[in-house]
Amino acid sequence: MNLLNKFKDPKLCLNILEQVKHEIQGQFRFMEVCGTHTVAIFQSGIRTLLPENIVHLSGPGCPVCVTHDREIAAYLELAEKNVIIATFGDLIKVPGPGGRNLKMAQAEGARIQVVYSAFDALQLAMQNPQDKVVFLGVGFETTAPTVAATVKMAKEKDLDNFSVLSFHKLVPPALKALASDKDIQVDGLLLPGHVSTVIGLDPYLFLTDEYNMPAVIGGFEPLDILQAILIMIRQKSQGHASVINNYKRVVNDAGNLRALQVMREVFETSDAMWRGLGVIPESGLALRKDFENFNAFIVHEQDLPDVKNVPGCKCGDVLKGLISPDKCPLFGIRCTPASPVGPCMVSTEGSCAAYHKYSI
Amino acid sequence: MCLAIPMEVKSIEDNVAQVEVGGVKNQVRLDIIDEPAQVGDFVIVHAGFALRRIDRDEGLETLKLFQEGLGLELVK
Repeated sequence: MNLLNKFKDPKLCLNILEQVKHEIQGQFRFMEVCGTHTVAIFQSGIRTLLPENIVHLSGPGCPVCVTHDREIAAYLELAEKNVIIATFGDLIKVPGPGGRNLKMAQAEGARIQVVYSAFDALQLAMQNPQDKVVFLGVGFETTAPTVAATVKMAKEKDLDNFSVLSFHKLVPPALKALASDKDIQVDGLLLPGHVSTVIGLDPYLFLTDEYNMPAVIGGFEPLDILQAILIMIRQKSQGHASVINNYKRVVNDAGNLRALQVMREVFETSDAMWRGLGVIPESGLALRKDFENFNAFIVHEQDLPDVKNVPGCKCGDVLKGLISPDKCPLFGIRCTPASPVGPCMVSTEGSCAAYHKYSI
Repeated sequence: MCLAIPMEVKSIEDNVAQVEVGGVKNQVRLDIIDEPAQVGDFVIVHAGFALRRIDRDEGLETLKLFQEGLGLELVK
């Protein structure tokens, strides 16, 4: 058997599962904070195989899902101005106030262009010098360095028709908000594999130092995920907590220093609004003053409109693990992947979309 | 959108690599990779940029994870 198949080998997985059942003492609530983990856990069936005394929660790990209503309203407003909006495809179907989304704006004449990378948006600006191109920056520490590198290129080229509306968010401050929220009661965190590729181990150490919470950087195979759960259970039973890198084949403990440097050169931290979690201090990334010519908030005088939440949508409670998706009154009735009400159902990485796909 | 996809480096010119996965070819920028990639290496790609070089075996292993484990579309 080659190494590849071992990560899915049912026998190995069942062995780990048996160890989990043998060693577990008490009730635990574990949370993953990466949309790809959410999908992997549903698809592999791990959720249904775990013993009943483990509750596995899907946290705020999908960038689209945590995009706040006010942020959605801002980019819908911007789309009405005389600009070309360049965006990742995930965002165009996310409904904002009144159920309106970018796709509808596009149908009514707004110029919306789906791009694969921030660099594609930059190229769009270079190809259309008579137009203003705005890139909608969403995503975590995996995406932010790619946008930062693009903004640096725009500055080097002295472009005057490219800007970024930055709603980038940082994972560790959100984990801190979760860890310190008494209502949520998470006993351990499955940390995101690819965000960790950029930030490394250190930004998570507060979880163990301040909250005595086990935390494991995990891969996406069934074996990876079960191993992470076993590590967390062992830490709980031994009464100590540490941050473990269980995805060393991809994640370097130190992270990607070059990506971090580029990100810090272009962005500074700012307070940010998260759907469901509210304002989290220093959890967002805003363009530094040196790059204000590329800051769409300044260039296009865009602010964050005050809006009311979508009535009935419980995405916020789902993201905090307070309810499972099927406990939302809209789930599967008014809110489906074909006709989503909230972002957790829009994104394929969203908890509600995964739950809908694999549980119904 | 947070996926990081491993792709094989086929050629490199300036700061752009031609990469391929599953028969799909693409270009990725090397501006934020932390160690230089060579032809034949795999790189973890996220949103058009290489995030990390990984050696061939690791690349194949990780790729398998995406293709079979998650059944996701690899490249748009």
